[in-house]
Amino acid sequence: MTNTFSLAAITFDWRPIVPLLIVALGAIIVLLAGVKVDDRESEGLGWLSLLTIAIAFCTALAIPGNQQISFGGALVADGYTAFFYLTILFAAAIIVLMSLDYVAEEGLPGGEYYSLVLFATAGMMLMAAAGDLIIVFIGLETMSISVYILAGLARTSPRSNEASLKYFLLGAFSTGFLLYGIALIYGATGTIKLHALSTLATGVPAPMLLIGVGMLLIGFGFKIAAVPFHMWTPDVYEGAPTSITAFMAVGVKLAAFAAFVRVFLVHLLGVQTDWSMVLWVLAVLTMTTGNIVALMQTNLKRMLAYSAIAHAGYILVAMTAGTSIAGAAVLYYLLGYAFTNLGAFAVIIALSRRGHPHELISDLRGLGTREPALAAAMAIMLFSLTGIPPLAGFVGKFSVFSAALNQGYVALVVIAVVNSVVSAYYYLRPVVAMYTDEGGAEVVALSSRPALIAAIAIAVIATIAIGVYPQPYMNASTSAFASALSKPPLATTASLRP
Amino acid sequence: MAPPSYYMILSAVLFCIGVSGVLLRRNVLIIFMSIELMLNAVNLAFVSLSRAWGSVDGQSIVFFVMTVAAAEAAVGLGIILATFRNRATVNADEINLMRW
Repeated sequence: MTNTFSLAAITFDWRPIVPLLIVALGAIIVLLAGVKVDDRESEGLGWLSLLTIAIAFCTALAIPGNQQISFGGALVADGYTAFFYLTILFAAAIIVLMSLDYVAEEGLPGGEYYSLVLFATAGMMLMAAAGDLIIVFIGLETMSISVYILAGLARTSPRSNEASLKYFLLGAFSTGFLLYGIALIYGATGTIKLHALSTLATGVPAPMLLIGVGMLLIGFGFKIAAVPFHMWTPDVYEGAPTSITAFMAVGVKLAAFAAFVRVFLVHLLGVQTDWSMVLWVLAVLTMTTGNIVALMQTNLKRMLAYSAIAHAGYILVAMTAGTSIAGAAVLYYLLGYAFTNLGAFAVIIALSRRGHPHELISDLRGLGTREPALAAAMAIMLFSLTGIPPLAGFVGKFSVFSAALNQGYVALVVIAVVNSVVSAYYYLRPVVAMYTDEGGAEVVALSSRPALIAAIAIAVIATIAIGVYPQPYMNASTSAFASALSKPPLATTASLRP
Repeated sequence: MAPPSYYMILSAVLFCIGVSGVLLRRNVLIIFMSIELMLNAVNLAFVSLSRAWGSVDGQSIVFFVMTVAAAEAAVGLGIILATFRNRATVNADEINLMRW
């Protein structure tokens, strides 16, 4: 490793960072504007955030599909980055749409709320674009610190406090592991650049490297809520404001998997035999625990928390396989998972009223006769989570399981399919409650909440579209993952080599 | 100068003290202090590894880690304070509204 530091070798390509800067700038503007806005009339700030996200989305479309390295390898602009930029921004847009009424009604501080959502989004995007481990860490912390605050934004609610405190303590704890892992990987290889790692971390690995990779796995395991690092998930999902729960279930998971998949499936393939066994065990534990504990839940948000744990397990099944097909399957799965969960949480928001959260499965009783459209949307989301064709969840599960089967992980896939069958019980229970029982919670007239209706409608349409006509989305996932796998242009790699 | 392995062992010991502090202590503030100890153990590891490799990467990372730790402390203490106002306790075992 040389000590020289030549600026000439570092290329400053601003393209990958422009969408991110726009989001961060928007966050600051919203924060400043929020000072003048009353908490009950924060909708304008929401529209401002939506505008910011829309502009960032347009600039993200301009990111080229072939791999470009900028900022001396700290950031990577490729199809993979673009895929996650677009998905994360789209998810953030739906989150803002479903928050518009909710935030004003719950009296959450609007300026803080929307700006923190945007800051967290910027952190998520940074994780997706990270080209070295320390950028992964910075992105993760920008996201996490914002979400710690968001989870506790309902300051007078003891449950929100508790959710925030638990998320903060366990999140910071996991950060320690992630960082120590990065330190050990740096110690073993002398680099934190992902591209350099993929050439260095091969052959018989040093024990220091393996311990480092293991620690990194613990750090990511906390963020994706893999068992046994999942203890915070149900409490935090239940206690946080519902729109933030959706943000955590979708945005945080998208970003964590974006970095996790890029680090492990693209750049740490040299030690694949060592981590794939660990992932096998994690996948089985995560799926099984998530699904079995979900069976006993009466609270919808808590049930969806365990469902999110189980889905992380399904994704780990594909990651165990570790092939490029598996990588593409993970991306496709995440896409379907994101829209499905956004829709499900949006319906829970539609049920809620100030002071009456209506989060219990029993609150859904009779919804099929009172609000047929809302009930139908919820049913579609739950069917997709179960994996019933022709919805997004089915194609996602199919591609994830077949990727693992291709690599000969028969036992793992059998366990996954059995788990999937078990999950049908708790996903279908709310559907039965909606259409056969009577006497649930009263719902506020939906017509007074057009933005929420739009959010639910977009989620429903996306869930159906991705499932019925999967080909373009599958192609996008495949080419996105392939561009992450491709080697960077030679001129740039030379300056990265130690 | 002592060999780099000494620093790595010290850093590992500090990290383990931090981890056991998080797992064993029940006062939220002490848990938070233990987490800070973990981060500082990592800083020590980065600095000594940076010296061993003769590269500045590790040293520059420490600045990022310190900045993030400071941001985390600001937010974390705020969250602990908000919880204390509502519940009048900093004992992790008593902050248990939600279970299973």
